[in-house]
Amino acid sequence: MKRFIGFIKKEFYHIFRDKRSLFILFGMPIAQIMLFGFAITNEINNVDIAILNNSKDATTEEIINKLNSSSYFSIKEFIQNENEIEAIFKKGHVKAVLNFEADFSKKLSTKNNANVQIITDATDPNTANTISNYVSAILQNYTQTINKNVTITYQIIPKTRMVYNQELKSVFMFVPGVMTIILMLVSAMMTSISITREKELGTMEILLVSPLKPFQVIVGKVVPYIFLSIVNAIIIIILSIFVFNMPVQGSLFLLGIESILFIITSLSLGILISTVSVTQQTAMMISLMGLMLPVILLSGFIFPITSMPLPLQIISNIIPAKWFIIIVKGIMLKGVGFTFIWKETLILVGMTLFFIVLSTKKYKIRLE
Amino acid sequence: MKEETAIHVENLTKMFGDFTAVNAISFDVKKGEIFGFLGANGAGKTTAMKMLIGILTPTSGNADVAGFNVNTQPESIKKSIGYMSQKFALYDDLTVKENITFFGGIYGLTRKQINEKRYQLVEELELQEIVNELVSSLPLGWKQKIAFSVALLHNPKIVFLDEPTGGVDPITRRQFWELIYKAANKGTTIFVTTHYMDEAEYCDSVSIMVNGKIEALDTPKKLKEQFNAESMNDVFLKLARG
Repeated sequence: MKRFIGFIKKEFYHIFRDKRSLFILFGMPIAQIMLFGFAITNEINNVDIAILNNSKDATTEEIINKLNSSSYFSIKEFIQNENEIEAIFKKGHVKAVLNFEADFSKKLSTKNNANVQIITDATDPNTANTISNYVSAILQNYTQTINKNVTITYQIIPKTRMVYNQELKSVFMFVPGVMTIILMLVSAMMTSISITREKELGTMEILLVSPLKPFQVIVGKVVPYIFLSIVNAIIIIILSIFVFNMPVQGSLFLLGIESILFIITSLSLGILISTVSVTQQTAMMISLMGLMLPVILLSGFIFPITSMPLPLQIISNIIPAKWFIIIVKGIMLKGVGFTFIWKETLILVGMTLFFIVLSTKKYKIRLE
Repeated sequence: MKEETAIHVENLTKMFGDFTAVNAISFDVKKGEIFGFLGANGAGKTTAMKMLIGILTPTSGNADVAGFNVNTQPESIKKSIGYMSQKFALYDDLTVKENITFFGGIYGLTRKQINEKRYQLVEELELQEIVNELVSSLPLGWKQKIAFSVALLHNPKIVFLDEPTGGVDPITRRQFWELIYKAANKGTTIFVTTHYMDEAEYCDSVSIMVNGKIEALDTPKKLKEQFNAESMNDVFLKLARG
């Protein structure tokens, strides 16, 4: 045991004396969570729009005021005729134009309907879609207020309610994903690099000749990263709670346990990578290409798995991150208990065991 | 196994697939002796050595190192030997002191023993100035001397040195060999592989490996007589050319 503590101490010296690894360990989690939280967002905020008002009456003025007073839009320009629409989009900053038809108010009161055209700049399809939805919602809201006293029979008005993330904050969606990426990166990449480094420098040989057993060497190399990954998980959770007001509906304790499980899964992957790579560069490339990309693309972090083609959906099942993201979202956003996520937990446990057995085998073959 | 034998090797063989890296070698190393293990690159030196230090299992044959069998007791062998490889035995990003503490620690020395050893080592090698420096800042010659001393920390019966003097100047090599002599005089058996034929002259016994087999084995003096050669270099060239 004493030998072991000495070993871990040495490992911490390595980590704290290498500015690069320190940066990856602590700079990156904070930078990533801030980036995803603040910069990369699906929400719309103060989008510039232009108005082409062909009627200029009380109703249209009211609608325009409503749009302007919402935090989503700010009205940049009023244009006079349809020919200007093209020009204003080309200038770039206006993302949508609302075109009210002539005699809007009159038509509304006599014919019971009036038209407004929403033209959006679809060079960015997601934003365009969101804008048109938001505008429609504001318009619908307005019609409801003016129709308050009139009873219209047989009308279906769907009332959507987004549960678990009522305000559709994208940061809520990103935090579980970022947490997954960071834990994966720190655990898998850092351990695989640090183990291959010993191989590359030739010190691994010295360690194997010493009375330390091979598994003691590996565990000794891994333990510091378990510790650091837990610190990272805590930093991420604290940031998301206090900076982004993200709720943790479920039990923090359960979240902690599941995070430790995922850390161990990633570490065992890291060990596996280190058994197949000889140099630090290889270890890094395998970790980045083999782990990061699938985590970002196939785990459901950014792109929903259900809308992927079937082969990709099947592949996504073998990515540990997918299951961890389900678990984290479940605990943080839905507040579910263990009974709802035991299946995912079991899958992670199974994967971990598989990686450990496989790397033990590979490790032995290499020694021969 | 006789009392004064440190290493006893019998028909030790290692095959990698169809390739025979080490072909039924046999030899004895006496206690307290400096045994030079020579051979060209790829002759099988390192493979043979790896079997002796317990990190490679022989395909067939047998060997006893410090009284333990390589096939059945590799863990016991590891406790009684020291090892220094041609690559570095020390961590560059640790100070000399931290390296000593670490290696002492993994060989199971107590804190008190480590401190005593360190004190002794600092005195002997005159390390007072650099004991708290990072190893990366030291010249190569220093690193090797310290690495050798670190390999001796736990008082091993046998020390295995895998090309310990690669890449250093002749003066530093000379100093290094003085350290080897000192250790041998204290009764430690030294098993050393080297490229430098002049170093072979310093050994008590020399074995020369060619293509996985030991082609010559004797004292440097007798080998020179046997091959009618001026120096060990000539002996080696005659053997290697067949």
